[in-house]
Parts: sequence; C-alpha cells; structure tokens
Amino acid sequence: MKKKTSAGKILRRLRPYTGLLLLALLCAVASVTLTLLIPVLIGRAIDNIIAKGRVDFEAVARILGYIGISVVGMAVSQWLMNQLINIISYKTVRDLRRDIFRKLNSVPLSYIDTHPHGDLISRVINDVDAVGDGLTQTFLQLFSGIVTIVGTLVFMLTIDWRIAIAVVVLTPMSLFVAGFIGKLTHRRFTEQQLLQGDISSYVEEHVGNQRIVKAFSYEKRAFEEFEKYNERLYTVGFKAQFAGALANPTTRFVNACVYAAVGIIGALTVISGGLSIGGLSCFLTYANQYTKPFNEVTGVLTQFQTALAAAQRVVEVLDEQDEADPGSGVIPDCGGNVRIENVSFSYSPDKPLIENFSLEVKSGSHVAVVGPTGCGKTTLINLLMRFYDVNEGRILLDGVDIRTIPRDELRKNYGMVLQDSWLFCGTIMENLRYGNENASDEEIIAAAKSAHAHSFIRKMPKGYQTMISEGGGNLSQGQKQLLCIARAMLTDPKVLILDEATSSIDTLTESRVQRAFAKMMKGRTSFVVAHRLSTIRESDVILVMREGNIVEQGTHEELLDKKGFYYELYNSQFSG
Amino acid sequence: MIKLRRFLYDYKKEVIIGPLCKLFEAVLELLVPLVMANIIDVGINELHDPSYVWRMGALMVLLAALGLSSALFCQYFASKASQGAGTKIRRALFEYINSLSHAELDRLGTPSLITRITNDTNQVQQNIAMCIRLLTRAPFIVAGSLVMAMTINLKLSLIFFAAALLIGLTLYFVMSRSVPIFTLIQKKLDRIGVISRENLEGNRVIRAFSRQKEECGRIDAATEELARTAIRVNALSALLSPVTSAVTNFAIIAIVWFGAVNVSAGSMQTGEIVALVSYMTQILLAMVVVANLVILMTKGSASAARINEVFETKPSVVEKNHEDITVKENSAKIEFKNVSFSYGDGDDELSGISFEIGRGQTVGIIGGTGSGKSTLVNLIPRFYDATDGAVLVDGVDVRDYPFALLRGQIGIVPQQNVLFSGSIRENLKWQDPDCSDEDIIKALKIAQAYEFVSKLPEGIDSRVEQGGKNFSGGQRQRLCIARAIVSKPGILILDDSFSALDFATDAALRKALRENTEGMTVLIVTQRCSTVMDADKILVISDGVLEGAGTHEELFAGCGAYREICLSQLKETEAVR
Repeated sequence: MKKKTSAGKILRRLRPYTGLLLLALLCAVASVTLTLLIPVLIGRAIDNIIAKGRVDFEAVARILGYIGISVVGMAVSQWLMNQLINIISYKTVRDLRRDIFRKLNSVPLSYIDTHPHGDLISRVINDVDAVGDGLTQTFLQLFSGIVTIVGTLVFMLTIDWRIAIAVVVLTPMSLFVAGFIGKLTHRRFTEQQLLQGDISSYVEEHVGNQRIVKAFSYEKRAFEEFEKYNERLYTVGFKAQFAGALANPTTRFVNACVYAAVGIIGALTVISGGLSIGGLSCFLTYANQYTKPFNEVTGVLTQFQTALAAAQRVVEVLDEQDEADPGSGVIPDCGGNVRIENVSFSYSPDKPLIENFSLEVKSGSHVAVVGPTGCGKTTLINLLMRFYDVNEGRILLDGVDIRTIPRDELRKNYGMVLQDSWLFCGTIMENLRYGNENASDEEIIAAAKSAHAHSFIRKMPKGYQTMISEGGGNLSQGQKQLLCIARAMLTDPKVLILDEATSSIDTLTESRVQRAFAKMMKGRTSFVVAHRLSTIRESDVILVMREGNIVEQGTHEELLDKKGFYYELYNSQFSG
Repeated sequence: MIKLRRFLYDYKKEVIIGPLCKLFEAVLELLVPLVMANIIDVGINELHDPSYVWRMGALMVLLAALGLSSALFCQYFASKASQGAGTKIRRALFEYINSLSHAELDRLGTPSLITRITNDTNQVQQNIAMCIRLLTRAPFIVAGSLVMAMTINLKLSLIFFAAALLIGLTLYFVMSRSVPIFTLIQKKLDRIGVISRENLEGNRVIRAFSRQKEECGRIDAATEELARTAIRVNALSALLSPVTSAVTNFAIIAIVWFGAVNVSAGSMQTGEIVALVSYMTQILLAMVVVANLVILMTKGSASAARINEVFETKPSVVEKNHEDITVKENSAKIEFKNVSFSYGDGDDELSGISFEIGRGQTVGIIGGTGSGKSTLVNLIPRFYDATDGAVLVDGVDVRDYPFALLRGQIGIVPQQNVLFSGSIRENLKWQDPDCSDEDIIKALKIAQAYEFVSKLPEGIDSRVEQGGKNFSGGQRQRLCIARAIVSKPGILILDDSFSALDFATDAALRKALRENTEGMTVLIVTQRCSTVMDADKILVISDGVLEGAGTHEELFAGCGAYREICLSQLKETEAVR
C-alpha cells in the first residue's frame, strides 16, 4: 500500500510532461504495429514466390515497397519514442534531485544530524537514478511489451487461430519458469547485497584508517578478517550469479520449444492445406516475437520492484516536514542584547539536558562558556542560532523572541565559527567570500591577514586561487580553522559565536587572532565556547556549565577567588 | 583489463570451457533455421509427410535441450571464474593497500581506494562473466549466420556482408562518439554527489550564512548540466536500435527480391529464402548484444585501469627483512641524527633535527600549528621515511627493523580518535590479541576511562559503533589512549591526545601515566604547555627546526619561542612555579 502511494507521488511529478508522454506512447503503438506488420508483409511476399517460373514479380515488388515504407516508419517512430522517453526521464531525475536537495536545505537540522549522510547522498544519487530508469523506462517497456503481445495475438489470430491458440497456451510457460527462477534468485541477491554492504563497511573502516592499522601492526589480522568476508561473498556471490544466469537459458529453451511446436503444427496445417508457406514463415517470426516481451516483462518487473523501493526512499525524504518559520519580525539595527528566559531543551525526551536556564547578556560583552564535555555548551549555541528551537521558555534578541524572526533574518546578525571547520570544493578566495558575496579582493586579503591565514595562503602553489579539495584534505586542521575565522570576519557580524573555533590552532597564533577579534568586536556581543582556559581568560564574563546548567559565572579573577568548580578546573592543569 | 588477467590463471579450465560450451550452443542455435527450412522444403513441398515433420520437430526440441544444458554449463563456469577472480582481486587489493605507506595513501585518497575495492572490482567481475558468456557467442552467431547464408546461396550472402558492414559502421560511429560522453556523465554525477555531501556536512554553516538559495542554484546548474549531457548522449545511442533494425529489414527486402529472382530462375527454393530471413534476424539480435557489450566493456576497462593504478603504486617505505637486529642496550632509546623530511616536492617540513631521548624518559614536543610536531613523531614508527639523516631506536636505524618488531614496541595515540566497530574489549586487543581482562581494565583505569566504561550496562563488552560514534570525543580519546598502553609498549607516542579532555582529566591522566609507565619512553605532542611542564625534556619545534631542548625551567629562561608559548597560556607566576 505504502509502495503504491509513493509510486503515485512520483508519477504525479510526470505531470508537466504529460504531452510528451502521450506522444511517446503514440510512437510506441506505431512502432510496435509496424514491427508486427513487417513479418506479415514478408510472408505475403514469400507467398508470391512459389517455385521456378511461378513468381509474381509485380506483387512482390509492390509488397516490398510497403515493407520499405513500414521499415522507415518503424525506425523513425522508434527513435522518436526513445528520445522522448529519455527527455522525460532525465528531466524527471533532474527535478527529483532538485526537490530533494531543496528539502534537505529546509528540513530541521535535527533531521540532518540524525540521518547518516552516506545514506542521504545515496538517495540523491542512486535512488533517484533507479526511479528515473524504473518508472519511465520500464513503464515504456511494459507498455510496448503489452502492445506487442496483444498486437501479435491479433495478427496471429487473423492468420490461423489454431496455431495462435497453441502459441498462447505455450508461452506463459516461459513466464512461469522466469517467475520461479526470479524467486530463487531474489533471496540470493538480497543475501549478496547484504554481504556487499558488510564488506564495504569493513573496507571503509580498515582502509579508511590505514594509519591506525599500521600503527598497531594490525595488517595481518585485518587481512584475515577481510578474507572471511571475502570468502563468504565468493560463495554467496557465486550462487547468486549462477541462479541469476539460469533465467536466460531456460526461458530461451521454452521459447525454442514454442518455436518447434509452431513449426510442427504449422507444417502439418500447411500439408493439410490450411495455411500457406508464407503464412508459416510469418508465424514462426511471431512465435519468436510473441515470447520475447514475456521475457522482457519478467525482467522489467524486477527492475520495477527496485524502482518502487527506491521511490519509497525518495518520497520518504520529500515527505519530511519543513522547518516551521512563521515569523515575520525584524531586528532593524541589532544591538546584541541577548536574554535567555527559563529555557529547557533536550534532543530526546528521555534525556533532559538544559533545564530552566536563564541568562542575560548585555550588548557588547564578551561571554565565554566553559565546562566539561557534554555539559550543553554547544547546545546553547544551537539554540541561539535556532538550529534547534527551545522546548520551553524563550530567547530574546534585543527584546524580540527569536522564534518570531525568520531564521535567515536572525542569522544575518550572527557570525559563527564552528569546531568542525567546513570548507567547500572551490578556491580559497571563493571560500572566504562565502559569507559576503560583495567583499572585494582587498577586503578578503585584509580579513585573511587579521585571521593570520594570509602567510600560509601566500605560500600555497596558487595563493588565493588554490583549489581546496573535497573536505579540505590539503589543509591542516588548524589552517582550516584560520580560514573559517577569516570567512566569519568578512561578514562583519553583530553577534559573534565561536564554538571551539581555535581548538587546533597553536596558542600563540590563537592569542593574535583573538586580538584581531577583540578589535573587530568592540562594542559587539560575542560568545566563545572553549576547552582551553587560556582562550577565555580575558572575557567579560565566564559561564561555567555543568550538566546543562550554569553553576558559576563571573570574571576569571572573581571565579578563581570563589574557589569553586572553575577554580578546580583551572588548577587541575598544574596539579599533574 | 588485460593486465588483470593473472587473476584468471587459476580458472584456465573455466575460461576455456565456458566459451566453448557457449559456442556449442550457438552452433545448435544456427542449425534450427536449417531444420525449419527442411521442414518446409522437404516435409511440405516434396514429401507432404506429417511423420517427417514430427521427426524434424523432435530434432528441434532435442537441439534446444542440448543447447540448454551446454548454456547451463557455460553459466556455471562463467560464475565460478568471474566470482573467483573478483574475490582474488579484492584480496590482492586489500593486501596490497596494507603494504602501501602513508605517502601513497595520501596521494590515492582513501575514499577512492574503498571504491576501487568494492565498485570497481564488482564491475570487472561482471565484465569477466559477460565476456565468458557473450563475447564469443555474438560474433560467432554473426559469423556463423554469414557462413550458413553462404552455403545456402553465395550470391545472396553478399547482402549479408553489406548489412553486417553497415551495422558495424553504425556501432562504431555511435560508440566512438558516446563513450567519451559517458565518462563525462560519470564526472557530472560525481559533482552532484560532492555538492550533496558538502551540503550535508556543512549544513550548519550554510544555514548560519543563509546561503540556501545559492546552494540550490549550484545544484540546479549541476543537475541541468547532467540532464543535458545525458539527453545528448542518449540521442546518439537511441539511434542504435532503429538504425540496426532498419538496415536488417532492408537487407531482408533485398533477400526476398533477389530470392524471388533466383526462385523464378529455378536456382533456389522458397524455404531457403525463409531460412535466410531468419539468419538475418539472428544477426540483428546478436548485433544488439554486441552493442551492449561494448558499452559494458568500456565501463569495465575504466574500472580495471583504476585497479591497476593501485597495483602499480610502489610503496615508498619498504620493509627490509633483516633477521638479526642487534639492539644496543646502552644506547639512547630514540635518537634523531640530523633528520630532514619533506612531503614530495614541497619545502622541508623538518630540517636538520638532532636529539636523543633516554630510556624511560618522558619528553614533551611543543610548537605552533603546522610546525612539524606530528611529522616528527611519524618518523619513529616509519609511517614516512626521513629524506635525510637517520632515526634510531635502541641504536638501530628504524629502516633496518622489520615492521612488526619496530611498530610492535610502539604504542600510538593518533590525533584522530578512531575506534573500530566491535566491542571495547576487541578494540583494546588491537596491539596484543592475547592480553588478559586484567590488563585491559588496568589500561582503562590509567586512561581515566574505567569510570565511564564500568557504568555501561555491558562494561568492556559494550558495542563500539563504526568510528566510535556512540562515544563522545573525550571518551573516544581516552579509549584510544587505553588501546595504546594496554600492551605496555616500550615507546608511547601521544599525538595531541589530550585536546578533547578538560584540564582535570588531563592532569589525572598524566599523573596515572607517570605512576604506571615505569621504564616506558613517553613522547607527548601538545600545544598546552601545562601538559609538558613536568616532562624530563621538552623539544620546541618551530617551522620544522628544533628551537630548543631542555627542561621547562631551562627553556623558559633560555628559549624565547618557548617562553612566548608559555606566556600566551599562563601567567608568569604560574609558569615560573
């Protein structure tokens, strides 16, 4: 049931192409009819060639002329049909990919956080392809198959109904055989697919982390384990391949039997005078033609199944709820006053995280957030940016509840650098310009200088025009962080958020970058999350978090004087 | 493709017999129209004998049955040879990748290596099966049909040659034009994959910068380009089947016409025309198969080339198999003698570094981002080889050690805290598969990980997901530390291994390490000076050069670079103690 609705949803996307689709169907009917007509004409031509001296050349020429016309017509309509279907299917695929992509950019962030990215990408790439192939190509093959079967049947009946019935009775045998083998193979293929998945993840783990494998001299054991998977894949793969390969010869065998049967019955009918030789020749061609679509249809049905499964995965994503964004509020000139009122939040209901949390941050203050891992520091950032919305309470920016402000509007006021430094494939220049399209080259270089990225960028082979490979593989973690900092500096934000933004940068460079930030953020609000206490010593206020709550707050000196949790944290670094 | 043939050596029997079976089937198939022609010409036209028709009909069924069984044999051999060769290729790839060193892994890239073991090998495997099954059959059917046609009527067979030539030309035309476009399509699809991945990984940043619209623009352009290219190439390949069928049908028209002339002249019989027509149809079908096969082969050879590329990559760090290593007991544990290193053709990452580390010492290595700290420690277990100078462990050049002996005595905690899927116990047994539970628990305690592990419902048998995703960064780091110390290695290398730990845990861990690593030489790479303050020796690295070596007090007084680092993190009073 669910499958059907998802297929329906996908089919509805074909609506813009209804005209093209109808045209394609028309071409299919034309090409099939002509394909079927040709053997009849050939048969008639042969009937006019009886024996020595008994050839009606005029009739043969006329009929051959008809055949010629039909052949041209058939070829043209076939090509047109193929072309139309290609256009429809590739455009549908394109539309689907765009829709999923848009969806992924509008679903709540929690969806992306909780779904494996490899799987989502596979939906965008593989599943959409399968849908494209399946729902359009198979649709057409199925259609032309059915037209061929019906057409052949009609043609055969007009020639000789007895032989026709024999063919009709015999052909479904191949369907039956194909179905049986299909069932047999399906299980083995699923098994093979599963093992393939296992072996892929094993390889991904152990080849992906070769360094560690080497460090622990684990190569031999990894190889032995891999061999176990590999051997199993061999056994299962062999069975699957062999079972799958059975279908073709066996259906061919059935067809050959049908062919022989038609030959025998036909010849007997000819002897008893009920059929011409030309009629027989044409029948033999039909016997072949009639059985072929049955084979194809069985093949197509499995492909159709795959397409349906893929469609379901695609529709699953498309059916996701968009992030609600009803707000229309604006903050004309953001001052950077942040107020958090009795906020509660948790990612999953059974694990409470932040409870009844309140905080007031005056415009222009530099706030640092510290605390042990998992205490909710990053969550706080998630809430401020509205990556997630609070469960209870509210967050106010300049006195406006941030849930009433459209997310885009809200985020324009923030500049953010995250722990995971994300850069895209493109030149360094393009990456830096990401947050501010209008930045001039000079501004970009200036920002890179304040982020202390200029010197290493200059040393790269093509300077600012150096391409960053996927995932930024050609840069060290620290360099990536410096680029992200430069990128954020260019946006000239009202509120700055740094979430472990300098964790991989050495402390000297860090303190220089901090000075640049301090200059830029004069009179503006900033939030800094950090592990390194040296990073935050100069902040106006330090929030010490523990288990989702603020346990202490104050300046570095005040907190040390308090001799509380912060004091413990701070001094622990010397106690070793 | 040909270069991979060695993987088929064990399947000689299958590779030879398989196609032979297929050939036999094709021969039988070619006989069928002849039998049919006999039914018409002899059974009907001459004898009018139903029993002859029956006999010939039975012969056809018999031919079909024989064909079926030989086809099944062929499939059996094809499956066996292809799966077997695929398995061998996967095994060889995996083993070979294990022998490559870091420099080659960096260059080839792990995601690409993974695809080569999985997708590319599958592609090649499928190709082998296809070749065994079809490569001989289709050309044979074409050739056989031609021969048969020639035996029936030499002159009329000229039409066959003309048709085959025309179809061949069409095939060539379409293939030569479309194959390059197919590679292009693959590239464009990759691009969509890249954009999608970037959008998922960087979703926070994209949303933070409100760049969704621009990102959608990027995907729109990429998908449009793909659709255009795909439609363009398919306009070409869509030609293939209409053109071939038009050519064959025109050939049939010619056959019927000239056949009519011959029959009229008495040099031919009607049944022979019917037979010729069905041979022509068989050629048509075979040609379609050849076309598909050619597409498959081009894809397959691309994969084969990717696999070969791996095999042709020579590991830069080669193991020497010296049986007798004479360890010098009274030498320094680790010694760097004027070591320089560069990755490929770039500037030197390290230059002229010399130092000694005594047995049982704890040494801190400190320096700025990209100063070469990690590179330096990577030279000790020979992840890379020094470009100049020598690294010695126990007085012996590391290049003279067998890998297992060298790496077996080194415990490493890498920068990236990766755990493997399995249980905690399995992960901790990586260095030494025979270590006891007591050893494991002790290591966990030293690594400050026992507290949270023991709270897990299944303790050290708890499952670790791939990459250790079900543990927090700090927990992962502690488990990685435990993994490195469980077998009590002679040398322990901690490469920035405390970055995810808060200061309290960091300190407790260092204390426990010091108390429990009697005789262990410990190298700590870090950016926190508080972490190395108590070390026996501190090495200060800056831009690949050793700026200073000594104790905290010595360096703080005498090394400007070190003093600067300390003061950026600590107050003078804290640093002086």
